Amino acid sequence: MAHFIDRRLNSKGKSTVNRQRFLRRYKNQIKRSIADAVGQRSVTDVDSGESISIPTRDVSEPVFHTGKGGKREQVHPGNDQFAPGDSVERPLGGEGGGGTGDGDASDSGEGQDEFSFQISKDEYLDLLFEDLALPNLRKTQQKQMIQYETFRSGYQTDGVPSNLDIVRSLKGSVARRIALTSGKKREVKRLKMEIQAFLDDPHEHPIEIAALEKRIAELEGKIKRVPFIDSFDLRFKNYDKRAIPTSKAVMFCLMDVSGSMDQATKDIAKRFYILLYLFLTRNYKDVEVVYIRHHTQAKEVDEQEFFYSQETGGTIVSSALKLMLEIVQNRYDAGEWNVYAAQASDGDNWADDSPSCRQILTDKILPLTRYYSYIEITQRQHQSLWREYETIASNCDNFAMKHIQSAEDIFPTFRELFKSQHTTADGA
Amino acid sequence: MGTPNVKPDRPKAMLSDGPDWTFSLLTQYEDEIDRVAKIYKLDTYPNQIEIITAEQMMDAYASIGMPINYSHWSFGKKFISTEQGYRRGQMGLAYEIVINSEPCISYLMEENTITMQALVIAHACYGHNSFFKGNYLFQTWTDASSIIDYLVFAKKFVSDCEEKHGVDEVEKIMDSCHALMNYGVDRYKRPSKISMVEEQARLADRAEYLQSQVNDLWRTLPQSNTVPEIKEVRFPSEPQENILYFIEKKAPLLEPWQRELVRIVRKISQYFYPQKQTQVMNEGWACFWHYHILNHLYDEGKVTDSFIMEFLHSHTAVVAQPDYNSPYYSGINPYALGFAMFMDIKRMCTDPTPEDYQEMPDIAGKDWLETVHFAMQNFKDESFISQFLSPKLIRDFKFFAINDDMKQDFIEISAIHNEQGYRLIREKLSAQYNLSNLEPNIQVYNVDVRGDRSLTLRYIPQNGIPLAKSQHQVMKHLHRLWGFDVKLEQKNEDGSLTTLARCHSGIG
Repeated sequence: MAHFIDRRLNSKGKSTVNRQRFLRRYKNQIKRSIADAVGQRSVTDVDSGESISIPTRDVSEPVFHTGKGGKREQVHPGNDQFAPGDSVERPLGGEGGGGTGDGDASDSGEGQDEFSFQISKDEYLDLLFEDLALPNLRKTQQKQMIQYETFRSGYQTDGVPSNLDIVRSLKGSVARRIALTSGKKREVKRLKMEIQAFLDDPHEHPIEIAALEKRIAELEGKIKRVPFIDSFDLRFKNYDKRAIPTSKAVMFCLMDVSGSMDQATKDIAKRFYILLYLFLTRNYKDVEVVYIRHHTQAKEVDEQEFFYSQETGGTIVSSALKLMLEIVQNRYDAGEWNVYAAQASDGDNWADDSPSCRQILTDKILPLTRYYSYIEITQRQHQSLWREYETIASNCDNFAMKHIQSAEDIFPTFRELFKSQHTTADGA
Repeated sequence: MGTPNVKPDRPKAMLSDGPDWTFSLLTQYEDEIDRVAKIYKLDTYPNQIEIITAEQMMDAYASIGMPINYSHWSFGKKFISTEQGYRRGQMGLAYEIVINSEPCISYLMEENTITMQALVIAHACYGHNSFFKGNYLFQTWTDASSIIDYLVFAKKFVSDCEEKHGVDEVEKIMDSCHALMNYGVDRYKRPSKISMVEEQARLADRAEYLQSQVNDLWRTLPQSNTVPEIKEVRFPSEPQENILYFIEKKAPLLEPWQRELVRIVRKISQYFYPQKQTQVMNEGWACFWHYHILNHLYDEGKVTDSFIMEFLHSHTAVVAQPDYNSPYYSGINPYALGFAMFMDIKRMCTDPTPEDYQEMPDIAGKDWLETVHFAMQNFKDESFISQFLSPKLIRDFKFFAINDDMKQDFIEISAIHNEQGYRLIREKLSAQYNLSNLEPNIQVYNVDVRGDRSLTLRYIPQNGIPLAKSQHQVMKHLHRLWGFDVKLEQKNEDGSLTTLARCHSGIG
């Protein structure tokens, strides 16, 4: 006699631990795979997970098994043409006619170059931003602009009709009616029994009965006068307000698109922006992105144009900073929005413009922004812009700058930019 | 006499053919199958049938089919690749998993139709189950009543160790043990039964005792001032095939908890050892019985035509054997061979030909039910094939044997399904299922007790087949467990020795 058990409702995550173990073990390889994948994503594409490939040899579990060579005897089914003593050419690949060792078949995974699998969005982001901190989060917590959110909190006896809670009010009504009438009802019942007792008595008791009936009528009148619903019963839903930190952030991507910036440099910058965007979406509910490109003039553009349209000409960085300031003042009230900015450039600037860049940044932009990062992507010597920015970096702790030489530097640089923030903040 | 009476055309309440199943319907089918199984004298452990979802089936896959197991990344890897394959539609999931335990636990997938559920119940809960209970290998080597308890103990022990010594430390040991898992089996000595209560009670004692033994083994105080005569003492005195056992007992540097981990892997490996050796028989037996039980129900008029058609469709797919030149060919299908062999045994009993009387005199014309039960109980794949593979079956499968010598440019066809070839093919096919031919013969040969404590393994190749290059990785794992130098040498045909791999201890 069998015993049936329905296990379908049991948790299905029995392998979660083992899966986590696997991810943990291969973290380094997975991270490398992620770093490659970052470059192929759109800046704002953060909803999907990522497909990860790890070289099979890294994840193989070695066991002793036999290799190729030696003499093997095997039996196969389906002889259609062979006679004993026939010589047959050794088939290549060895799938059908045999000839490969059992070893290859038993060692799972061999024959495939890559072990590929999907990780979820959360796993992806966790790995991507492991041990990174939101810049300046600690320092600016007090200053952070507050929004209010209304939420339900209990009931009150007064309020507008639209907030009336009917069930709750009727419960009150029932309770009140019971409280006010049950004693009287009990009394009525007792009196009625007394009347019955008099009626059952062989003697007549008209006077007593009349007195009792009068009393009953009185009580019933009282019971009747208890109202079905009273203003005393009414309960209204109560709402309260509580402060929540604002969940909106805007990210400014500033990039030099003058002739000196080639596509490779822009790609490096793009990866940096992707990382920043992903990072912000981890911490803010709504993240908007504003793309500003500039040569001698600055312009707000969409993503496609930002990364892929070709421009030539000289470079005046301050034009972009002015435009950014203008946009912040017009559209993103610093009280409501957390403003982040990332500027990428190859370091070229009109020499006379660099001091004015510093001026705009320190006086106007930095007070409004939560964090401003500057990356310089160049193989050459630093120029005036870098030196001006260096003075800003030493004075302001929500400004960071780094030098990137090739694509490999992006991720370490990004980590460093955001990790170092705590120490800077603590030191300041 | 074994053939049950068939009473056709008896109008009786037919069981619904679904296609959806309900628990009450499952119970009805199970009752009927149970009744029929008793007619055929199938002796089983009590059944515990669990309905699970596809996700849970993947979980079960990942932990080598066991309902509970210790945590390890390799199970996660298995799970991820199963999930990938399933999501992409590259592979289907098995209809069932059955565990050799008492009660015998079988998993049924929610997605199956009632026909498939009935097929699975007959196949797993009566076929495999009776095999687990009846076959001598399982009776000798596994203890169905204690495996679940043991796994509970193992899981707890491993997670305790992880807490105490860190996940990484435990993982290292487990990785190394897994690499040597196939060499954690006693092939000839019967292991003692395992039980959770005893294990726990003996755990502390054993740890202490083992440690003292090990220390003693390496005590190198000089006994006297006279220089002792240097004798070539080999330790162990005889080669040891159970490498993990040797490590558990003799590795000088392992901590007690590490020894226990080695033991856990070894015990689990031992538990699966019979399954590896009885694949053809086990699947063949289960297919043979689901085929008979469900057909019996059909003959009795219990199940509908559409039920039996759907069943036959699945059954045929399962026991199909593609030919060697088919794109679907990936070796001999154990279901096909096993099913055909049991059917053939039955045929030889009920409908013997003169050839059968000559070739299989012990079987031809005997009571078929008794004969198949006898075959199930007393053999493993290797001996089963050499005992029962009839010439007719060799002809049916059109078996041919090849001789693939890498030194030659061509493969030679050594035998085919003809008069001269039967014996050779039977012999070779049987050898193909001999586990000791499949796994390289590697044994612990020597420990340099007086010198650098290095451990030597010896590989004895068969037919000049070399080891694959994964040996170097495995030797690293062995080195981690042993703690001193390890060496792998190969004994060549001419008696000379070649060193294949060596793993030195780093300085310090």
